[in-house]
Amino acid sequence: MKTIIINARVYQDGKLVKRELLLDGKKISKIAEHITDKADKTIDAAGAAVFPGFIDLHAHLRDPGHTYKEDIVTGTKSAAKGGFTAVCAMPNTEPVADNIASVEYIQLRAKEHGSAKVYVIGALTKQSKGEEISEMATMKSGGIVAVSDDGKCVQNARLMLSCLRYAANFDIPVIVHPEDYALAGKGQIHSGKIATKIGLSGIPGLAEEVMIARDIMLAESAGAKLHIAHISTARSLELVRQAKERGLPVTCEVTPHHLVLNEEACETFDTNTKMKPPLRSEKDRLACIAALKDGLIDCIATDHAPHADFEKEREFDHAPFGIIGFETAFAVLYENLVLTKMISLETLVDNLSQNPARILNLPGGVLKPGAAADLTIIDLKGSTTFDKDSILSKSKNSPWLDKTVKTRVKFTFMNGKITYQDN
Amino acid sequence: MNPQFLGRNVYDLDDYSRDEIMYILEATKGMKEINTREYKKIPTLRGKTVCTLFVENSTRTRMSFELAANRLSADVVSFQASVSALQKGESLQDTVYTLNAMGIDLYCIRHSSPGSPQLVHKYSQKPVINGGDGRHAHPTQALLDIYSIWEKLGDLNGLKITIVGDILHSRVVRSNLIGMAKLGAKVTVCGPKTMMPSNMESVYGCRVEYDLGRALSGADVVMGLRMQLERMSEGLFPSLEEYSKHYVLSKDTLKYAKPNALIMHPGPMNRGVEILPEIADSKHSVIVEQVANGVAVRMALMFLILGGKA
Repeated sequence: MKTIIINARVYQDGKLVKRELLLDGKKISKIAEHITDKADKTIDAAGAAVFPGFIDLHAHLRDPGHTYKEDIVTGTKSAAKGGFTAVCAMPNTEPVADNIASVEYIQLRAKEHGSAKVYVIGALTKQSKGEEISEMATMKSGGIVAVSDDGKCVQNARLMLSCLRYAANFDIPVIVHPEDYALAGKGQIHSGKIATKIGLSGIPGLAEEVMIARDIMLAESAGAKLHIAHISTARSLELVRQAKERGLPVTCEVTPHHLVLNEEACETFDTNTKMKPPLRSEKDRLACIAALKDGLIDCIATDHAPHADFEKEREFDHAPFGIIGFETAFAVLYENLVLTKMISLETLVDNLSQNPARILNLPGGVLKPGAAADLTIIDLKGSTTFDKDSILSKSKNSPWLDKTVKTRVKFTFMNGKITYQDN
Repeated sequence: MNPQFLGRNVYDLDDYSRDEIMYILEATKGMKEINTREYKKIPTLRGKTVCTLFVENSTRTRMSFELAANRLSADVVSFQASVSALQKGESLQDTVYTLNAMGIDLYCIRHSSPGSPQLVHKYSQKPVINGGDGRHAHPTQALLDIYSIWEKLGDLNGLKITIVGDILHSRVVRSNLIGMAKLGAKVTVCGPKTMMPSNMESVYGCRVEYDLGRALSGADVVMGLRMQLERMSEGLFPSLEEYSKHYVLSKDTLKYAKPNALIMHPGPMNRGVEILPEIADSKHSVIVEQVANGVAVRMALMFLILGGKA
């Protein structure tokens, strides 16, 4: 099967250039100004841009165990609609992905029924209980790309050091969601002026910062590769900057919501503004944007965290943390950061494609002949409304629910096959 | 009937203008008169049904709301979480749907979670009076506090009001800060740093003091807050004795305030901890009157919201 994409502007080396693309089977076979090869299918991408398929290092597909929120089929469909061709699945499923059988289940389901490539992140500790090291070396041989206990941050520093040493032993990157439980307490939103105003208990930036400081020191001692998930405060970024200046293999990611929203979004008690880490102060948000621009932040990851309506439709204190993110990521960032000239299109696209690929050594992220035909075609002049009927995720917990934003994904291809098509 | 108030929610005082607050105070005055009659009842809300939906324990506030509704001749139903389906895991949404199906006209809610009154309104589409939501707001308490001051001292504009205690956990303080600022009062909050929220000055335009003497200096009104014993186990202060040494309202500490300073407390009091009996029971104390004013304020709000006929 050969597909030719004509009249497109193709993202190459940070720029959109007028090119045609030939997809042959699973691969991109040619990118040229004019392609004369015969193809089975021609896609006229007039007015649209072709980007490398986006890669998400941080997502919750909820499968197995919580498939009323999301499953591998709906999760990857949602990813494809957002322009993603590969996502990394966090292990907090039921059972926890802390063993080779669970890893293989996810890989098999994704391979057979998925609309995106799914890379599995194994648990750092057994059942993510923070008590014993998981069989991460066995899981690595089964294909995991990293280990993490994500939201179940290991509080015991001695065990964490041991996990990092063990991971370093087998060259497995460790992803941490830095949170000191005692400092975070029963906090609901950022400990700042909005928490003071509306009386929700606060999660101080310190809860994240002291844990980042600890984990950088432990990872340095262990010689481990550390990736910090969804960084959210200016002080946290300072800690990462220092680590990088010392030459440590420390990387970090930021979510679209921490780049676009701040604590003020919580003032209406909308439970779709409740996530961890919480939406921070405007100062923190601007620091994240600056760090994304200057490369201190290594990539953007969604932290796609589906929850059912009945779970979010509750008192703020009782609603679960987290929001969905695949379908909104590119669009809200393009509208809020690129169109406002706060970051370049290049910064946005690279941080959604080649940068995440580089962090976990994943294939893809660049459009070039010979690479897998993982790409997305986006009409930058179009618009998308995120209403409950059009969101493909099983869950609809988004702060952008019912909002209309610029850009519209027209097609997504994974391994040369259409995984999403706008109708 | 004043259409301006008809069907309004009372989540907090930020939704109400200075003039509207003054209007409520005037209405409260009328209601207070009814409460002094031999037959303390008027038929104005006959046929209306008020539900007190208390998902957090409170006897006084619930009684105050229920008395207010009774005195306006509304029917009252009471929903208490301790004996309710909520403990069996029914959601607030389903609870309100169920109650609403029974024909409730007005909800008075208390809940430990901030923002719950908004949810009750969302699910019921009926007006809601917030009877306290977590640390967030307690607008009827603030209105009765403001009424108590206004009744004794007149216009609040320029008055120096000092509130002392656990500011962090106090919904009473938050609502009072909003309401008192609208009427032009200068409010100082005082308490240990461990129980003082961040950004108080920028959010509320109030003054923050950690030293009681400085906080009380020149005060026209002094309000104490209840110090909860559980804050000790939360690591926020070491002992009631040490707290009391630094923050108790006593004859000795009140010498910094104006000699006739009005003494207030939202109750229930810990005598000997945040306030000494010599102050709580002094002739400048309006602590007991605050309770009476609470019924009148709640009557006024129900009357205005449900469009009672004068």
